[in-house]
Amino acid sequence: MWDYTDKVKDLFFNPKNTGVLEEANAVGEVGSISCGDALRLMLKVDPDTDVILDARFQTFGCGSAIASSSALTELIKGKTLDEALKITNQDIAEFLGGLPPEKMHCSVMGAEALHAAIANYRGEEWADDHEEGALVCKCFAIDSALIEKVARENHLSTVEEITFYTKAGGGCQSCHEQIEDILAAVNGSAPLPVVAAKPAAKAAPAPMTMVQKIQKISAVIDEMRPQFQMDGGNIELVDVDGDTVMVAMSGSCMNCQSSGITISGIQERLMLTLGRPVRVVPASMPQAVGV
Amino acid sequence: MSSAYMDNNATTRVDPRVLETILPYFSEYYGNPSSMHSFGGDVGKRLEEARASVQALLGVEHDSEIIFTSCGTESDNTAILSALAIQPSRREIITSVVEHPAILSLCDHLERHEGYKVHYIPVDRLGRISMEAYAAALSEQVAVVSMMYANNETGTIFPVETMARMAKEKGALFHTDAVQAVGKIALNMQESAIDMLSLSGHKLHAPKGIGALYVRRGTRYRPMLRGGHQERGRRAGTENTTGIIALGLAADMALEHMEYENTVVRALRDRLEAGILAQVPYAFANGDPEHRLPNTASISFEYIEGEAILMLLSRVGIAASSGSACTSGSLEPSHVLRAMDIPYTAAHGTIRFSLSRETTEAEVDLVIAQTPPIIEQLRRLSPYWGANGPILTDNAFAPVYA
Repeated sequence: MWDYTDKVKDLFFNPKNTGVLEEANAVGEVGSISCGDALRLMLKVDPDTDVILDARFQTFGCGSAIASSSALTELIKGKTLDEALKITNQDIAEFLGGLPPEKMHCSVMGAEALHAAIANYRGEEWADDHEEGALVCKCFAIDSALIEKVARENHLSTVEEITFYTKAGGGCQSCHEQIEDILAAVNGSAPLPVVAAKPAAKAAPAPMTMVQKIQKISAVIDEMRPQFQMDGGNIELVDVDGDTVMVAMSGSCMNCQSSGITISGIQERLMLTLGRPVRVVPASMPQAVGV
Repeated sequence: MSSAYMDNNATTRVDPRVLETILPYFSEYYGNPSSMHSFGGDVGKRLEEARASVQALLGVEHDSEIIFTSCGTESDNTAILSALAIQPSRREIITSVVEHPAILSLCDHLERHEGYKVHYIPVDRLGRISMEAYAAALSEQVAVVSMMYANNETGTIFPVETMARMAKEKGALFHTDAVQAVGKIALNMQESAIDMLSLSGHKLHAPKGIGALYVRRGTRYRPMLRGGHQERGRRAGTENTTGIIALGLAADMALEHMEYENTVVRALRDRLEAGILAQVPYAFANGDPEHRLPNTASISFEYIEGEAILMLLSRVGIAASSGSACTSGSLEPSHVLRAMDIPYTAAHGTIRFSLSRETTEAEVDLVIAQTPPIIEQLRRLSPYWGANGPILTDNAFAPVYA
């Protein structure tokens, strides 16, 4: 049995805001029955103030999927759409007092349903760029789809590199065999032997203060900004939390199909500069500019 | 609170008589059976009695044909690896798509890393093996066939005797994972064509951590664990004395209860299944109704998800398990149900109720009373369920990604 928090259990056994919301004017539907979880989020939005007056859900899924949906509705009621868009899957997980790594996808589904519902209200297209595979690294909750994608895009061939790019395998190391298998499949060859010793030149970088780190990150983003501006967009550093770098993208970057790739590009550059794994995440769906 | 333990295919309670019997072997007769002093007591003798009991349960001719192991998985791995080791020129394996991971992940490993060709024989909607595909896959290249006796999720029984005879004609060894079948199906290895059979103690009221592998005399064999002389050098490692003694007694009791399992337990299972299906629409039983373990009921509840059902059942004291893999973190439903082509709408909401000789009528009644309202409650939450049943047509729920 999963080690669910009392909050998860409570919101599963006594879910709030369930059922059809007849007067909904924003509906977000994500997931599918074949995936094993699906969520319909219904919002009643005040057209004058953009405030979410009511929110209800219907969910097909496990205990944590139902609890995450319930948490989401509690989190967004009374907020404006822009405020609601700042809610991330981490906020949902935190509201629940945490979720097992295997179940984090439930909170992701909640955040996606919210974005889909708001896009629906605003008459925008919402495209999901999210692909899910079997959980490989339980320490950092990294699934096979992400490892495969990163390995392919960056031509990676060793477990060490995968850890560097995704963190997967950097904890208890029990998943190294699985990572080797993924690499072998991606590279179409037998698994490479694990490199035993690191080259001496690649000594651990000197510890950085938070200020130094932020300055470096900021410099990289400034350096990359012209490329975005050329495409009619922009990018700003929002916050740094440990090894997570939050950025806001605006303008044409916002709905750009390849924003995922843009982010991985920034991430790649940051890791090279900082010499340590970092994860770049969009801070929130940015506000529509000039509409 | 009243409760109902309906998860006996996962594991059973250690029979109190078994527990009582083995306790002194922890506290008083804790000596190593190989030692030359009295702390070993009569342990050595008790181990041989236990072997005779397992021998009787399986209808085995010689007691030396029984090798004690640590679990069903070890027995399975030992059997397959041994069969491959003694026939290096044969490079193919046949198994089924619905085997336990103890077989499937080993076969997958052998395929990807050792260059073996593995034939995975499909099943039909009732979980019955395709004998045509099996016959087509058999050849002189096949080193070993491994087919489960009865499926852990649906209880479907495979015609292993026929399959073993067919394997023999091609000179292939035949192994069966009989972990779910032993104690529920009468076995007579003396008249069987099966070469190797795996069993596990904790499925028949012995503790966890003890299993056995039957290897027919004359079958060439290579140990997986090398070391001491234990089990005639075929499975090194100090004997799990308490486990072995427990398994022996559990085997005696299983033999005594064989008829009970197939009459009383079967009737309870049938009542449970019929009781639920009579009350819940859009639900159906899985498996081969003609050839099925007497204790297993697999019921699919459409448009809801298994883990949620289990959590609500657990809250009212009912222990069952799900065919849904959400319980294991992956979103794919069970490989067994998918292999049977059970639609996704139902596979995710499949619950297995597995009974034992300890199951009471009151437990069955509790399940029949508590399950229908739980299913109804979850369906009210489901986007696929409307006021009058499923809504999968026209302006149905159409999420963004599939």
